[in-house]
Amino acid sequence: MPFVQLGGCLMLSFVEVAGLRKYFPVQRGFLENAFSRKHEFVRAVDDVEFAIEKGETFGLVGESGSGKTTIGRLLLRLIEPTSGEIIIDGKDIVKAHPNELRDFRRQAQMIFQDPMAALSPRMTIGQAIKDALDIHQIGSSNTRKKMVLQTLERVGLTPAELFYDKYPHQLSGGQRQRAVIGRAMILEPHLVVADEPVAMVDVSIRAQILDLLLLLKRDLGLTYVFITHDLATANYFCDRIAIMYLGKIVEVGLRDEVFNSPKHPYAAALMSAIPVPDPQYKHQRMIPRGEIPSPIRPPSGCRFHPRCPKAFDACPMKEPGMTKISQTHFVACHLFDTA
Amino acid sequence: MVEPLLNVQNLSVEYASRRGQVKAVTDVSLTLDKGSTLGIVGESGSGKSTLGFAILNLIPSPGRIVAGKITFDHTDIINQNEDNMRRIRGSQISMVFQDPLTSLNPLLKIRDHFTELFKVHSPSMSKKDAISRAGELLDNLGIARERLSDYPHQFSGGMRQRVMIGLALALNPRLVIADEPTTALDVIVEAQILELMKRLKDEYELTLILVTHNIGIIAEMADRIAVMYAGQIVEVGPTNDIFADPLHPYTKGLLESAPNIIHPERSMRPIHGSPPDLITLPPGCKFHPRCPRAFEPCPIREPLPVECKHRLVACHLYN
Repeated sequence: MPFVQLGGCLMLSFVEVAGLRKYFPVQRGFLENAFSRKHEFVRAVDDVEFAIEKGETFGLVGESGSGKTTIGRLLLRLIEPTSGEIIIDGKDIVKAHPNELRDFRRQAQMIFQDPMAALSPRMTIGQAIKDALDIHQIGSSNTRKKMVLQTLERVGLTPAELFYDKYPHQLSGGQRQRAVIGRAMILEPHLVVADEPVAMVDVSIRAQILDLLLLLKRDLGLTYVFITHDLATANYFCDRIAIMYLGKIVEVGLRDEVFNSPKHPYAAALMSAIPVPDPQYKHQRMIPRGEIPSPIRPPSGCRFHPRCPKAFDACPMKEPGMTKISQTHFVACHLFDTA
Repeated sequence: MVEPLLNVQNLSVEYASRRGQVKAVTDVSLTLDKGSTLGIVGESGSGKSTLGFAILNLIPSPGRIVAGKITFDHTDIINQNEDNMRRIRGSQISMVFQDPLTSLNPLLKIRDHFTELFKVHSPSMSKKDAISRAGELLDNLGIARERLSDYPHQFSGGMRQRVMIGLALALNPRLVIADEPTTALDVIVEAQILELMKRLKDEYELTLILVTHNIGIIAEMADRIAVMYAGQIVEVGPTNDIFADPLHPYTKGLLESAPNIIHPERSMRPIHGSPPDLITLPPGCKFHPRCPRAFEPCPIREPLPVECKHRLVACHLYN
C-alpha cells in the first residue's frame, strides 16, 4: 500500500516500491567455499516499501551502509533486485524486457556524486552531453548540437559555445556538476535519481547546485529521488523524507514532520547529532552507543535495538511494522505500536 | 601579557606546478594562546590544510615555505634541522588527519603503531611499558584494550579515528592540529568523536587547531575563528563575535551558505561564482569578483588587515 493516497482513491503513485530486497553474496576464499555450504549475504536493502508522487522530491537519508544508494540503483535497474516490485509510471521495471528498459532509461536518469568520475576526461563537455542524444537517437546531427547548447545555457554554463569545447579538467567542481546535470536533463527525463549530488561540491557552491536542480524540476516537471547522508541538505531540498537504517526504512514523512518531530529513536539521534552553525546553540545530544552492526547478520527484531536508549522487551523479539502517526507520517518502532 | 604558544608571521607557501607557482598560502599571520581552540575554516583550496602542515614544517614537495616565520614556544619551526623537528613533531605538536585508513599502516597491528612511536621518541621505555601505556590510551578512547592486537582493517572508521587521536596524544603534545578529523565519518560517529575531542582537550590541557570546512563544527568547538579565502586570512576573531556580526563579506557569505537545521530559513544561501585559480589570482582583494559589496578600490589595491571590533579583518569596507 502506498504511503500517500490522493483523497483516498486507489490511484497508483508515480513510483511504487514494495517488498524490495537486494542481497549481495559475500565473496569468500576458495577453501571457505570448498568446505562450507553456508552462503552469506549482505542484506543491503531488506523489505522496503514506499511510493512517490509525480512532481515530488523524495529524500532517502541514512548513514553509510544503510542501503540508500542501492535503492537508487535498483530504481533505475542498474542492478537486479533479489525480490520485490518496482512500478514506475505504471510499468513494472523489474519484469521489463531489455528493449523496454532502453526507453525507460531515457525517462529515468541518474546524477552521481563525483562529476570527475562521471565525465570522460577525453570528451569535451559538449560531446559528453551530445553522447546521450546519439545513444537514444534523438534529433538530427544538426539539431543535436543546438539542443546541447540550449542545455548548457539552461544549467548555467554560459557562454554555451565556450563551454561546449571545454574538457572536464578545465572546469571547476561546481561547473562539472552542472555539466553532469545537463547530460541527465537533455533527455527530458521524468524521474531523476540524484545520489549525493552536492557532497563533493564546496559549501558556498552547494546551494547554487541545489537551486539549479529545483529550478529544473519546476521547469521540466521532474520527480526527484534525492539520496544523501546530509540531513541539512535533505531538509533544504526534499518534500518528503525516508530515514534508513541497516537496509530498512525506519521513518517516513513530510519534511517538517520528520525534522520537527522525529519519532524513531534513531531518527531523533540523527537529528541531535548534526552540528549547528550557531555557537550559542546548546546541544542536547542523544548519541546511540557503539556503531552500525554488520548487515550480514543484522540484529534480531528491530535492527536498532542494541543501540537504542528506549529499547524494551518487545524490541529484540519482533520486527516492528509501520505505524501511522498521521496521513503522511509513518514509523517502524514498537514504542508506537497500536494495541 | 602572556606569550602566545604559537606565532605565525607573514607566512607564504607555494607549490611549483607546470603552469606556474600555486600560491596556497599568502602572507598569513596569526597567534594562538595556550589552552585555546582555533578553528581554521575555508573552502577547498583556501590554504587551510597547507597552513596546518606548515606549522609542523611538513609541506610536501614540490611545496615550499617561501616567506615568513613560525615560532612555537620560543622555538623557530621553519629553520629547525630535521632531527630537532622530528623531536618536536608528536611530542610537542601532533596532527590528526582526515582519513584514518590511509594514515594507519595496514601491515601493523594497532599495538605496533603505538610501540613504534614510543621506541622513536622515548627509547628508554620498555616494550611492556609501551604496550600498557597504549592500552591505557585505548581505554580512555572507548576501545577495549584487547583490540591492540587487531589490524586497522578490523576497525570501523570511527574507531580508526579514535586510534589516530590516541596516537596524536600518546606523547602528551601541547598543540594538536586536527585536519578535517570527522569529514570521512557519518554524522553520529562524528558527534561521538567531537564529544571525545572536547573531553580529551580538557584532560590533556591541549591547545587545538581545528581545520575544517564545516561551519557547524567550528561553532561548536572553536573559541576563535580564522576564515581563509584563496590562501589568505580574511577575518580572525572570537567565535561568538564572528557569528553574531561577520564583518568580511566572505565570512558573511560562508556563514549563510552553511546548512542549518535549526533555522532552515537562514541557511544555504549560495555565494555566486566560484573560488579563484590559485595560479592566476585576481588583482586587489581576492574575493572582489564574487563580492556583493565590492567598490572602486577592491580590484585595485589589496586590503591590509585592520583591527575592528576586537578582530582583524582584511577588507576595504573597514579601512
